[in-house]
Amino acid sequence: MKLTINGERRELNAATVAEALAALDMGDARVATALNGDFVPAAARADTALSPGDALEIVAPMQGG
Amino acid sequence: MPVFYGKHIASPLMLGTAQYPSPAILADAFRASGAGIATVSLRREAGGGQDFLRLVEGLGAAILPNTAGCHSVKEAVTTAQMARELLGTDWIKLEVIGHSDLLSPDVFALVEAATELSAQGFKVFPYCTEDLSVAERLLRAGCEVLMPWGAPIGSGLGLNNPHGLRALRAAFPEVPLVVDAGIGRPSHAACAMELGFDAVLLNTAVAKAGDPVAMARAMAQAAKAGRAAYLADPIEPREMAAPSTPVIGKAFLQ
Repeated sequence: MKLTINGERRELNAATVAEALAALDMGDARVATALNGDFVPAAARADTALSPGDALEIVAPMQGG
Repeated sequence: MPVFYGKHIASPLMLGTAQYPSPAILADAFRASGAGIATVSLRREAGGGQDFLRLVEGLGAAILPNTAGCHSVKEAVTTAQMARELLGTDWIKLEVIGHSDLLSPDVFALVEAATELSAQGFKVFPYCTEDLSVAERLLRAGCEVLMPWGAPIGSGLGLNNPHGLRALRAAFPEVPLVVDAGIGRPSHAACAMELGFDAVLLNTAVAKAGDPVAMARAMAQAAKAGRAAYLADPIEPREMAAPSTPVIGKAFLQ
């Protein structure tokens, strides 16, 4: 389905947040996720369904002040 | 040495992790300065996040994630929630930016976000102004530390309003206070500590210096000297001279 991942529109074969991370090769990465602006805890990723047009943010710690 | 939410920190220097010439220089700056706290941000994972995570976790400093760049309560709260899970800490440096030129805090949204995050169990380090009424509201919201700016982020101007910072120190003698942002030189850091602040948080002044490692060390020395001076009860300034050499006993030579 068509999703917006980290601001980029793309086609992804994934029904849940967990499947999206796996499809992006980030299944094992230490990242945090938010769907349409709301935090999705790691434990809830497998049960959080995606719908066409959803915006998924995947973040990691980076340089900061 | 500062105590934040019951945790003792070994240094009054808190250091950001952005803008260094290389990861190795970043690590050396932390080693040379002994900074007790490292701030980090959360950004979209585009490769590199995993290496950076290993680097900051090896610095030997407590990690304080920030909500830098957030302009709304919702963004800041979601960012804090993601940071807590990722880094395994309930500490959050809460930034809610109100003006893009000055990167000044939106104090209304800040109080709202601090209230919400405290209710969710976060230990909030709010990036705020030196306004006493804002400080009171943040404390009422559950904050146990305040981090007023010295000057706009990255400006290196130092302490724009030392009188306001002094008033804040006097108004809340028991609250840990940190000057966050604006420090450009070790003298600024020393000045903040001489006012009785518990720590200083800076980034650009070290990372963008010609020699970041030497500057990090200098900042740590200045912060420690300023703290020692505060505890030593400095004299009050006066307008007119007062001879330090005894007047009595001077030879009459005319």
